[in-house]
Amino acid sequence: MKRSKQSTIFSVLFMGLGQIFNKEIFKGIIFAIIELVTILNFGYFSKSINGLITLGDKPQYFVDGIAKGDHSIFLMIEGLIAIAILFLVILVYIINIMDAKRVSEALEKGENPLNTREFFKHIWDKYFPHIMITPAIMFTIFFILLPIIFTIAVAFTNYSSPNHLPPRNLVDWVGLQNFKDIINLKIWNNTFLHVGLWTVIFAVVTTACNYFVGLILALLTNAKGIKFKKVFRTIFILPYAIPAFISVLVMRLAFSGPGPVNNMLSSLGISKVAFFTNPFMAKIMVLVVCVWLGAPYFMALMSGVLTNIDNSLYEAAEIDGATKWQQFSKITLPLVLFQTMPLLIMSFAYNFNNFAAIYLLTNGNPVNSNYKYAGDTDILISWIYKMTKDQNQFHMASVVTIVLFIFVAGISAYSFSKTKSFKEEDMM
Amino acid sequence: MNKKTVKNKNQKVNLSNFIQRAIIYAVLVMISIVIVTPILWIVLSSFNSGTSLFSSSLIPKNPTLVHYKELFTQTDFPKWYMNTLKIATINMIISVILTTLSAYAFSRFKFKGRKQGLMAMMILQMFPSFLAMTAIYILLSKLGLLNSHWGLILVYAGGQIPYNTWLCKGYFDGIPKSLDEAAKIDGASNMTIFVKIILPLARPIITLVALTNFMSPWFDFIFPQIILKSSDKKTLAMGLFDWVQKQQNTHFTRFAAGAILVAIPITILFVYLQKHIVEGLSSGATKG
Repeated sequence: MKRSKQSTIFSVLFMGLGQIFNKEIFKGIIFAIIELVTILNFGYFSKSINGLITLGDKPQYFVDGIAKGDHSIFLMIEGLIAIAILFLVILVYIINIMDAKRVSEALEKGENPLNTREFFKHIWDKYFPHIMITPAIMFTIFFILLPIIFTIAVAFTNYSSPNHLPPRNLVDWVGLQNFKDIINLKIWNNTFLHVGLWTVIFAVVTTACNYFVGLILALLTNAKGIKFKKVFRTIFILPYAIPAFISVLVMRLAFSGPGPVNNMLSSLGISKVAFFTNPFMAKIMVLVVCVWLGAPYFMALMSGVLTNIDNSLYEAAEIDGATKWQQFSKITLPLVLFQTMPLLIMSFAYNFNNFAAIYLLTNGNPVNSNYKYAGDTDILISWIYKMTKDQNQFHMASVVTIVLFIFVAGISAYSFSKTKSFKEEDMM
Repeated sequence: MNKKTVKNKNQKVNLSNFIQRAIIYAVLVMISIVIVTPILWIVLSSFNSGTSLFSSSLIPKNPTLVHYKELFTQTDFPKWYMNTLKIATINMIISVILTTLSAYAFSRFKFKGRKQGLMAMMILQMFPSFLAMTAIYILLSKLGLLNSHWGLILVYAGGQIPYNTWLCKGYFDGIPKSLDEAAKIDGASNMTIFVKIILPLARPIITLVALTNFMSPWFDFIFPQIILKSSDKKTLAMGLFDWVQKQQNTHFTRFAAGAILVAIPITILFVYLQKHIVEGLSSGATKG
């Protein structure tokens, strides 16, 4: 049998054997240690993965103040972590086989094996990009990917109050039951449809208003013969610059029942307005405040675009006798739209999930008794937050999260596929 | 006769120009009032001698600095300020290191899994990370990092990776590869190229990433609520938010004073750098 085949088979049998056979002792020992550690921890892996499958068989109870029994959610996370580690080990296993094959083939051609020092230098040069991205990948796996997979997994369980809330109870896998419930149970699908509809309206109207108010502001501050342009621009950028959580809280206090706006109205002899307790009024307030917050961003963006438009275009149009309106609709608008289109779509996706604005301004209120755990101004993301943080309805929160994520990811992926950087990557 | 009509026409143009300008000024001033009024209200309230929302008239009758003094003598406000500053600074450093390293690898090297990695980053950046708060909470409790600033920093630094890696990678792609190649011929290592060529040329985008990561802990009131518990560990956003949530009628003017002390440095930083920020964001999104 050829040497390369032999060493490959050795490495398949036990990690590192092929490398030792190739006289790369150091490398071989490292691979062997990884496999040895994995095998010695077989109990840990099988227990964790078994825990993920069963989610425990006995709820927690206390013996002399020490907790015994199973906590389903901890079992779930531990199982997922074990799978993530196992996945990494399998990756190393494959690398080990490929490496044994490659080195032995090189030996057959008469090249010398690397000594330890050369080996490290070789690794540093050849795997430089891998080493560079490793920290970022580790962070991404544990702080983004794992939590997302957990959230998706919860959608297939009954993890919720009052009957399935660890540590006092166990959680079970229920398959597609939650998805069926949100379609079939009237209280759930009613809430989902109405909150979803308001989310779409909110995102469309806010984005459109922000865009056009921003454009108007930019046109005004760029108009010929206007003085103090810088002063106005600085004032207009303020709502974008001030931390949003402060300005939104200020708005909430200003328009609240006993707040200064109502005080002023009553001193003028006008009756008080229920800005946040009347459902319709509350929705209008949400839109107005979001435009107050969001339009300046587009103004700043479009000022840049407007100053970059070639002035000779307007001069040529004027010679041809075009009116101001024609100049605007045929030159300015198309150019601005073309340049800011991707950002318009990104802004839509952002507003779709504009949690801070809703949560801080109205907290989704006023409460609507036809909705399950939601108020009239709640958008999907704030509804999810309420179900998770206040109501312990983790299972339904996860279902809605999945739907929301697919929708927003679809829109963003579409807009992203239009950008130059994406096309250059030739990804699809 | 001919001269006269020209003059007449000029006058007409001047008049209509004047009216046009007057209208524009009027609109500009009106919008300014709409924007400035709430800001002015909160600034003046912080000097108001009362404590509650009801009593604060727009122009304070007996202006006072007592609420600012209270912040430093009777509350944890100075502690929160230092906490936020510390978290923001460490988060900024870790985030910039993580992001630039991975963006450099993605921009300059061809390796197995590169495309899949970029694709995964693109999809992951669309997931609002706080929706996975249950998992993050349990993960941090396993690591023993609940109610600790490091837990918060790790979550921030991890969460920003996908988006900012794309942003940086886009900018790095725009730096000519011939520079790297020339340096390589002169015997420069990959690390030297990164530190001596890429980083200096990518200063604008690195400034942007550093800045956004420095500022996000000042704004975020969601993760601190999930991770931090004790009052001396709180960040500013969380602390101020709690005041309004729990005591909006009794400590309103104190909130106003605190809000102003937070908003002033951030706003100045932002106005000063806004051109930079907007340019960076739009170049990342459109040209990339």
